[in-house]
Amino acid sequence: MIEDIEVEWILNDLLDFYGYDFSNYSRASLKRRITRLMTMDRFPSFAEFRYRVRMDPDYLKRFVEEITVTVTEMFRDPHFYKSLRTEVVPTLGAKPFIRVWHAGCATGEEVYSMAILLKEAGLLHKSLLYATDLNPGVLEKARHGIFPMAPMKLYSENYIESGGLEDFSAYYTARYDQVKFDESLGEKMIFSTHNLVSDRSFNEFDLILCRNVLIYFDKDLQERVLNLFDESMGQLGYLALGSKETLNFSAIRQKYKQLNREKIWRKIG
Amino acid sequence: MAKNRLTSPCKAVVIGGSAGSIDVLMKLLPALRPDLSFSLLIVLHRRHSGESSLANLLSVKTVMPVREVEDKDPILPGQVYLAPADYHLLIEKNQYFSLDFSEKVNFSRPSLDVTFESAADAWGPEMVGILLSGANADGSDGLRAVKKAGGVIIAQKPETAQSAFMPQQAILSTPIDHVFDVVEIAEYINSINR
Repeated sequence: MIEDIEVEWILNDLLDFYGYDFSNYSRASLKRRITRLMTMDRFPSFAEFRYRVRMDPDYLKRFVEEITVTVTEMFRDPHFYKSLRTEVVPTLGAKPFIRVWHAGCATGEEVYSMAILLKEAGLLHKSLLYATDLNPGVLEKARHGIFPMAPMKLYSENYIESGGLEDFSAYYTARYDQVKFDESLGEKMIFSTHNLVSDRSFNEFDLILCRNVLIYFDKDLQERVLNLFDESMGQLGYLALGSKETLNFSAIRQKYKQLNREKIWRKIG
Repeated sequence: MAKNRLTSPCKAVVIGGSAGSIDVLMKLLPALRPDLSFSLLIVLHRRHSGESSLANLLSVKTVMPVREVEDKDPILPGQVYLAPADYHLLIEKNQYFSLDFSEKVNFSRPSLDVTFESAADAWGPEMVGILLSGANADGSDGLRAVKKAGGVIIAQKPETAQSAFMPQQAILSTPIDHVFDVVEIAEYINSINR
């Protein structure tokens, strides 16, 4: 592993040269990701790695994409999606218009999962799904709705376990080792770069999903981001976090009521 | 310098295991002193399921609190922490956990290597790494990192393991400090208590 001080140097460079602020990211994860990237790209020394990051804006793109974790799944934690399907989505139905924000959507698998839930509830036509990430590269992938074929069997199982009754494979067309999801699902999605560290609230939402993103932040940044979500939350809106993330240590906790065993909270205050 | 001993008080014992390790833990936990002066971390390869019954299963065998880790939980002495399914478990230097949902390592998430390496970085000579039964090569690189950082590393005696491959692999690839059976592991952990 690289040294702690080297991590700080890189973080300072990112802020000075590019305006990216990673200073409140979890150090254990950052250090591991940077070490991994240096090994993967075969840098002979830290100095050469640092020089490349400072001097090569194209390499910076790769750096940001590899340092931030963009691993995601469709219908990850099926029981969570079951709760969304049976307890959250029906209460959104009465609204004339439904706004959803996927914060840190990576390559978009969860956005498509949500679109499927809304479509099956007959609500997709009056919904808008805002999907944001700080990586332009992953958003480009998400926008196309093209995913690898290999995990579709798992996703299909997840879908069924989440209470899905349709034929999951009817939602996509397979070609070689990739699948393309039905364009009608993507029509209600708006993809945009947004950095949770530095960008502000941009709308008011009925449902904000931010799953397995806060784990990469330290406690201070987690609190800032939860406040950003609170500012962006409509009355009686829902906040959904990852299965090992919590609102319990946040000052906004008192305004929210946890739905059930899942990590879904509803704004009541 | 004494090769096989901790030279500073122990902050954490990290136990990694795969196939055949739950049985070992069911024997190990009741044999431990209930007032451990350090934290006990357990990372097991396990199937991803919604239920967290493994923590309940283990908690029957010890009076120490057993907690399946949530993100940013503080790391306290006298507690048993279990890595949750489908996340890597990392240790922050200011004594709390971070979870990580990045790529699998050695086909595993949680990966034993990932936690051992992170623990080595956080605790160095103030930790013990123990590798139990398993059929995977995960854990060897992590133990090496613990050793390099000055910690003590132990492998379960392969002939006492349900799956000998994992401890065997570590013994072949790394200068292990101790090769112990379950009783000896318990005695060792109790002996470093302060």
